[in-house]
Amino acid sequence: MTGALASSADMPVVIRRLWKSFGSNEVLKGISLSVERGEVVAIIGPSGSGKSTLLQCINFMEPFDEGDVLIDGRPIGLIHSTGGIRRRMSERDLNKLRREIGIVFQQYNLFPHLTVLANIIEAPVHVLGLPRAEAIERARFQLRKVGLHGKEDAFPGELSGGQQQRVAIARALAMQPKVMLFDEVTSALDPELVGEVLASMRLLAEEGMTMIVVTHEMAFAREVADRVIFMDGGMIVESGDPREFFSNPQHERSKAFLKRLLSHGDDTQDAA
Amino acid sequence: MDFQLDIFLAALPSLLRGAKVSAGLALVSILLGFVIGIIGGVCRISRNPVLRYGALGYVTVMRCVPLLVTLMFLYYGLPSAGILLEPYTVAILALSAVNGAYVTEIIRAGILSIDLGQMRAARSLGMSYSQAMRRIILPQAVRRVLPPITNESLTLVKNTALVSTITISDLLRSGLEVMTWKANTFSPFAGVALIYILMTLPLVWLNSALETRYRIR
Ligand SMILES: Nc1ncnc2c1ncn2[C@@H]1O[C@H](COP(=O)(O)OP(=O)(O)O)[C@@H](O)[C@H]1O
Ligand SMILES: [Mg+2]
Repeated sequence: MTGALASSADMPVVIRRLWKSFGSNEVLKGISLSVERGEVVAIIGPSGSGKSTLLQCINFMEPFDEGDVLIDGRPIGLIHSTGGIRRRMSERDLNKLRREIGIVFQQYNLFPHLTVLANIIEAPVHVLGLPRAEAIERARFQLRKVGLHGKEDAFPGELSGGQQQRVAIARALAMQPKVMLFDEVTSALDPELVGEVLASMRLLAEEGMTMIVVTHEMAFAREVADRVIFMDGGMIVESGDPREFFSNPQHERSKAFLKRLLSHGDDTQDAA
Repeated sequence: MDFQLDIFLAALPSLLRGAKVSAGLALVSILLGFVIGIIGGVCRISRNPVLRYGALGYVTVMRCVPLLVTLMFLYYGLPSAGILLEPYTVAILALSAVNGAYVTEIIRAGILSIDLGQMRAARSLGMSYSQAMRRIILPQAVRRVLPPITNESLTLVKNTALVSTITISDLLRSGLEVMTWKANTFSPFAGVALIYILMTLPLVWLNSALETRYRIR
């Protein structure tokens, strides 16, 4: 966790001193985080603390200002050109790196004009260039894993929120990414549908997928994550073993956040 | 003010020939206008300023100049600059250009109405901007704006009447010719109007069918 430079090639994700602002609003203030292969990192923190922005910076959907993000040891987004000035990498190289990063959003973002199967094979066929038959096989495999075998021909609009979110997970997995990012994927769901999505994520964690999970599901963070990170005001305030963090938070801000959560019970609504 | 069935019937074959010309011009211009509109709509929201302002300029000119003036300029104005175009070429150029401009604005609005998360999801899967636009955004946007596009097509069918001013024997001009032979104005005009109604009614129905369909969904 010290993020030694030499070992960064073994790390699916290395983030070093990441800074990002929207205009004059500094949203990320020097975030550093290294994630080991197979590790599940849960990120928690109040609304507006920069969690979504951090995930969006990892695949450079939000360009960051300073720092590095390395995917499997390769820098994404900004590259050094001769003269020491950094410039945006070519879109082609960026698209290639993005294939290796799966992301699931709070709002599912399934393609409503395509069936479940077409949603999942879209990128494998048109980005990876897989033969259709092979992509379909992959899609069916992933659908079975998220418990949606038989829903191939449904349209997203015909599914429940929980089912749509599991399709979104299957869609990301069909690209066989090196790391999966989850951005409050259960926050938009009716309470009774949260469990089925978390179960799929738990299964994925057990299979050894490297995961960064922004969540308000504290039970999930405690039981599934290898490490919990508490973010506030664009910084990592505290980072540690989940059991330790939840039973004995060190920082005042972590304590206040957990206390506020407990007093609200399980009602952890949060606008993204 | 006298409807004479015999004159009406005698005029009919000539009117139908003209109607075929009008319908043909409309069909070609609707299709070309759609292609222009897709390209124009994508250019209107492009990050490239040349494409963005180029498309804006095109749309603005086509919206502000009367179609009749465009037609006459291309047909009577350009020859003095040494450019001679066939009447049909002029008609299709002018009609598709004006239709394309309106469809450009419609498609642009359609693209902007699609949730930003769609583009984000597509790009996150490794798609290029143009792939995401072609395969994810445009199919949804076009579906959503089919009713206004149908409406524009209806306007275009009626606007084809203007090509009668550049010597094309469309429906209106055929009617005018019959009037001169037969020295009766009422019956041929009634026939012309009736045929325009028959050509546009299907579009009116299509438009309301699409609108109800999208209201229900
Ligand atoms: N696209 C954007 N443009 C401008 N400001 C943004 C944008 N996205 C997020 N922000 C701002 O960045 C801050 C962090 O937002 P976000 O990363 O969404 O936080 P979180 O996910 O922790 O709730 C907020 O103040 C938010 O208003
Ligand atoms: Mg958020």
